[in-house]
Amino acid sequence: MNGVHDMGGLQGYGPVQIERDEPLFHADWERRALGLTLAMGASGQWNIDASRAARESLPPATYLSASYYEIWIRGLERLLRERGLVSAEELRRGEALDAPRPLARVLRASEVDAALARGSPADRPCTGPARFAVGDRVRARNLHPRGHTRLPRYVRGHVGTITRLHGCHVYPDRHAATAPGVPFDDRPEWLYAVTFDGAELWGPQAEPGTSVSVDAWEPYLETAA
Amino acid sequence: MSDPHDHDHDHSHLGEMDLRVRALQTLLERKGYVDPAAVDRLIETYEVNVGPHNGARVVARAWADPAYADWLARDATAAIASMGYSGRQGEHMVAVFNTPTVHHMVVCTLCSCYPWPVLGLPPVWYKSAPYRSRAVIEPRAVLGEFGVTLPAPTQIRVWDSTAEVRYLVVPMRPAGTEGWSEDRLAALVTRDSMIGTGLARRPEEVCA
Repeated sequence: MNGVHDMGGLQGYGPVQIERDEPLFHADWERRALGLTLAMGASGQWNIDASRAARESLPPATYLSASYYEIWIRGLERLLRERGLVSAEELRRGEALDAPRPLARVLRASEVDAALARGSPADRPCTGPARFAVGDRVRARNLHPRGHTRLPRYVRGHVGTITRLHGCHVYPDRHAATAPGVPFDDRPEWLYAVTFDGAELWGPQAEPGTSVSVDAWEPYLETAA
Repeated sequence: MSDPHDHDHDHSHLGEMDLRVRALQTLLERKGYVDPAAVDRLIETYEVNVGPHNGARVVARAWADPAYADWLARDATAAIASMGYSGRQGEHMVAVFNTPTVHHMVVCTLCSCYPWPVLGLPPVWYKSAPYRSRAVIEPRAVLGEFGVTLPAPTQIRVWDSTAEVRYLVVPMRPAGTEGWSEDRLAALVTRDSMIGTGLARRPEEVCA
């Protein structure tokens, strides 16, 4: 969706606020926000693309005014409600009122190290040949899907060059759209690094001698005429 | 569907978030959805074990050992895993090497993607609107705010982490470090130099 999370190239947010000797967390709740988000992420009830979609679907004003860990917590609450794991009333009262739903998995402390070391690799065996090769000129398609996508608005319609083939990776647009309760749709697509010249993206405003690379799945791209 | 807590950020917003997250944690524990000890272990991992000191060791080895640098350039995931750094948010690594003519810089315009196994959790500025919006359209101006001014002929290549590939910048090795051990070299490698918003420290900046 064309949300406020898609920030590349926006103007007016001011200078980067760099904090000297920044602490890892700015409040104890941020630590717990990290822990709860990762613990529930291991429950198998949703995937990382569904998590991102939940965060991106927050009301725009909320997204822009929240700290990043607050965005995580609000996204987590949304996922929990949408999957019927907790109710809005339970969240409001902070009490368990309904019987729990069975989870595919509850991450135990003894399993944490192995789970983090394993991660969630996104590569999958390819099901067909790559359509593009390094050096090919491609145009980012002019797509505006209502659902989750990882094609930033600032490259859509612009022409770039394939600079790397990353292999075949889970396609986030489908992955995020998997209905609750069925296996994740992790069918892959070829993934490429596509490099755009600054002037192609930003015209006369571009800083000289700059380029931007994005990682783009094959369905995002077409051959440039 | 309305968000049950969607009211204004008026008084004591931090206190409000504290209560909100405590209530959520209690609820998830009562429901049996999370193991409190697992939550603690997750936090501890990122507070204690994982951080930019990991990435600094990778860069130092690449500086000291040309064969390792070559491996890192060809297969960063394997080369980094060989040092014990792998897994969540680092499943697919690419290392990009700064040279006198090309400077690399990493951003995630869509969210906060960051190579956790080598850099730990991202700083607030990395996840903030100013950095995410401007790194792609005016990277030189952003670098200037970090105190980095590059000569005009130096090309700036920005990597927007839009997939599960995570980028590690290998900064240029400072002059005057010939023959240094990997431990000494690692002390020159800052977090920002591995994001591309900084340069490696010069020897005179770290000598006691």
